[in-house]
Amino acid sequence: MKIAISATASDINSPFDPRFGRGASFVFVDTETGKWETYPNTAVSASGGAGIQTAQFVAKHGVQAVVSGGFGPNAFATLNAAGIKMFVARDGTVQELVKKLKAGELQEVDAAKRTVGLRHARGGGR
Amino acid sequence: MIIAVASGKGGTGKTTVAVNLALAANSANSLFLDCDVEEPNAALFLHPTLEHRKEVGILIPQVDEAKCTACGRCAEVCQFNAIAVVGQKVLVFPELCHGCGSCTLNCPEEAITEVLNVTGVLESGPAGAIQFWQGVMDVGQAMATPIIHQLKTRSLEVQPPDGLAIIDVSPGAACPVVEAVHGADFCLMVTEPTPFGLHDLRIAVEVIRDELHIPVGIVVNREGVGDSGVDEYCAAEGVPILMRIPLDRRIAEAHSEGVPVVEALPEYRAKFITLYGRIQEEVAK
Repeated sequence: MKIAISATASDINSPFDPRFGRGASFVFVDTETGKWETYPNTAVSASGGAGIQTAQFVAKHGVQAVVSGGFGPNAFATLNAAGIKMFVARDGTVQELVKKLKAGELQEVDAAKRTVGLRHARGGGR
Repeated sequence: MIIAVASGKGGTGKTTVAVNLALAANSANSLFLDCDVEEPNAALFLHPTLEHRKEVGILIPQVDEAKCTACGRCAEVCQFNAIAVVGQKVLVFPELCHGCGSCTLNCPEEAITEVLNVTGVLESGPAGAIQFWQGVMDVGQAMATPIIHQLKTRSLEVQPPDGLAIIDVSPGAACPVVEAVHGADFCLMVTEPTPFGLHDLRIAVEVIRDELHIPVGIVVNREGVGDSGVDEYCAAEGVPILMRIPLDRRIAEAHSEGVPVVEALPEYRAKFITLYGRIQEEVAK
């Protein structure tokens, strides 16, 4: 499975970034092979709609799941339309979170109930 | 003649000055436009009979899924990230859309049509001899500018300003203020003689006089509070002070009851007529 994790820097050992839309970088990891690559998030400086732009960016990389600290309503809607699963983490490095995800220790955002993952909706859609 | 009444800082007395100037000027064929669409309140003092009501908003894209190939061009050209393409799906976010039409123009399949997203209403009707208009933005909306634009366009279309048109502007110095004062012959800036009043007045003067090139004049309201900063600034900048309204409990009492100052305190009628004369002199310069 290919996943994306928001990260504070472009390295698999860097701490994860709890912000989705304005997360500094994204690390893309193939959970089967352990291979990874990373790109800076160009939506960081968007005046509005950063979550939407970031969601399209990770969708273009063909990921099946994302890990972040939370997902705003617009990011959620876009990721949901793309069929990407959302997982919520609190802390740790990207590497540690990959392990946690594989071990089933991260909470998934329930698209129907949407009870988790609202914490870091910072952009507010503006 | 179109006179805009702005301030920079909020709560300095824009509406008080705009309403009383309109009543005192007693001009034939006059218009009053409340462009403070986030919280219009001039109607509380002018008591118009609102006869006409029209929903307004912005045109947002509607995608015809049968024609759309999900090429992503619309999302690429949108400067506001208001339209997203993921896989074969297109998502529109109305609250982010500015209604610019770029997606519609750039769609190679002509799959986008524009539909009205209602964000507020325009209301109009007579208030005595004055033709009154106001824009009211819906709660939860963030973009005042399109409503102000339509308020000005429609009211001035119905009744071209061969008489007097007074525009009550919102506080601040950003897009809604620029939209409201644009095209005015003169901008009256109401301030209070405090460091806060001066701070925001200075920014508003920079926008309206220096960038939009609209002549400005000052009304100092609640004179007697604060300090001499506003006077010193006006002297240094060559901005004329056209009227001074003292801090007077009777004005506040009339205001709290929705009674215009010129009606509660008749001596103010002459003062506002003088203000109107001084504005005409400034415009003629």
